[in-house]
Amino acid sequence: MLERVAGAMRRLGRQFINAVWRLGYASRFFLLVLLRSGTSFRRFRLVVKEVYFAGVMSLIIIIVSGLFVGMVLALQGYETLQKYGSAEAVGTLVALSLTRELGPVVSALLFASRAGSAMTAEIGLMKATEQISAMEMMAVDPIARVVGPRFWGGLISMPLLAAMFSAVGVFGGHLIAVVLIGVDEGAFWSQMQNAVDFRYDIVNGVIKSVVFGVAVTAIALFEGYDAPPTAEGVSHATTRTVVTSSLAILGLDFVLTALMFRGA
Amino acid sequence: MEKQGRHQAPDTPQDRFRGPGSGLKSIPFQAVAPELPVENLVEVGDVDFSYDVRPVLKGINMTVPRGKVVSIMGLSGCGKTTLLRLIGGTIRPSKGVVRVAGRAVHELDQDDLYAMRRRMGMLFQFGALFTDMSAFDNVAFQIREHTDLPESMVQDLALMKLNAVGLRGAAHMMPSELSGGMARRVALARTIALDPMLIMYDEPFTGLDPIAMGVIGDLIKKLNEVLGATSIIVTHDVQESLKIVDYVYFMADGAVVTEGTPDDIRRSSAPFVHQFVWGEFDGPMPFHYPGLAAGRDFGVEASHA
Repeated sequence: MLERVAGAMRRLGRQFINAVWRLGYASRFFLLVLLRSGTSFRRFRLVVKEVYFAGVMSLIIIIVSGLFVGMVLALQGYETLQKYGSAEAVGTLVALSLTRELGPVVSALLFASRAGSAMTAEIGLMKATEQISAMEMMAVDPIARVVGPRFWGGLISMPLLAAMFSAVGVFGGHLIAVVLIGVDEGAFWSQMQNAVDFRYDIVNGVIKSVVFGVAVTAIALFEGYDAPPTAEGVSHATTRTVVTSSLAILGLDFVLTALMFRGA
Repeated sequence: MEKQGRHQAPDTPQDRFRGPGSGLKSIPFQAVAPELPVENLVEVGDVDFSYDVRPVLKGINMTVPRGKVVSIMGLSGCGKTTLLRLIGGTIRPSKGVVRVAGRAVHELDQDDLYAMRRRMGMLFQFGALFTDMSAFDNVAFQIREHTDLPESMVQDLALMKLNAVGLRGAAHMMPSELSGGMARRVALARTIALDPMLIMYDEPFTGLDPIAMGVIGDLIKKLNEVLGATSIIVTHDVQESLKIVDYVYFMADGAVVTEGTPDDIRRSSAPFVHQFVWGEFDGPMPFHYPGLAAGRDFGVEASHA
């Protein structure tokens, strides 16, 4: 009995040490990416290319999701608000929900599934097919040439996608509340304008999306770079990217919300 | 008083190597490795290497003279590719020294190592072409990364390299559109893009049909002569490589077991070499992987493997 407990403790300890080791390795990788970002800025077209792949190619899913989230918010909001005779406040509800929470969070979750998983799979396959080794043998630093531009491309794309998500969501809310249900258009927009503060709501939302962008892109790139060079290894790394990124987004969202919105 | 100014004569080893207007990017000290006048371009001295606790190489000694084509042969898993990685500096030996052009590769920092690698080329087993680039862009990649040459000159150079491997007409094709042999030839053109002093080939004949195999073998020999380079071929394709190499090292179980010219190897009566060269079914390398007695595995205690 005692031996079993000791064995379980040993396994737990080993897992804990491995987790700490991996966290340290990931931090070192992230630091290297930052230190070797010179190439990304000197040859900005590499970053622009990644903004296209990570950002522009994600637009469809972001726009469609934003539209539906905004429409659902308007429907649910109207349902509740009209009981209290304040149906015109539906615009405020939609805008605040989107700029503060749903815009950054849902677009980051979609970004992780669409662009993050693609980054992991691409770098993992480059490693499996020896493209990364070939680059190293050609005296080209893969962290500077492959990882850096993708990191900055993801970081730039994420807030833009979140902004696009929120904007389209507000449009979706308008479509349901004003066009379909018949809420007064002037009240819809004016209440929204009065309630949404640029610094408090929009800037905080942008800060959230930047933090999520760093987290998702760093996790995706690390998982790809660290993936065992096999089909199974790449597949597991891609799954880990989506799961870890999603949990990181939700955890960071709680922390950031607690820091930013404290009833001021 | 020392002359100062733009037209000062080159006086560092790097300047002498690069020469005026070489097109190489302005890079810090030691960015282009100085080549020391040594007779053996590669020297491997008493090298041990282990992955964790598993020994892979044991006391390897090897020299590769300038201008020669040297082959490293042996069974899969005997440490041939590990040896190439040591020479390329992607891993460091546990013991011993690996020198390229007179410099200990494992003692170089990253800048110096990259400077050294700019004078090396490596052809990977399956080409390792960048799949998001055309054949032309693959060959031009290294030229664009390491030089400031105008695009028109990059185009001429890349097309010349593709022409040398007979694939100028396939410059626009993507790697997914190339056959195995063509991909290997494009990778070869990419390997020689910056006219390296040392070219390493990791299993260049694997998975090729006899014609493609002959073409690659011929190209390796000719390019080595034309470029004045030195080549190391890691292979287990005996007949094809013996046609083109000057010297052979035979490895087994992480050690060099024999060496000599292709004729020495063909005539060798050493049991392992004989089995390997003539592809014999059984010999010092047994057909059966060591394991428990067959009787125990099949549940018949009286039987033995």
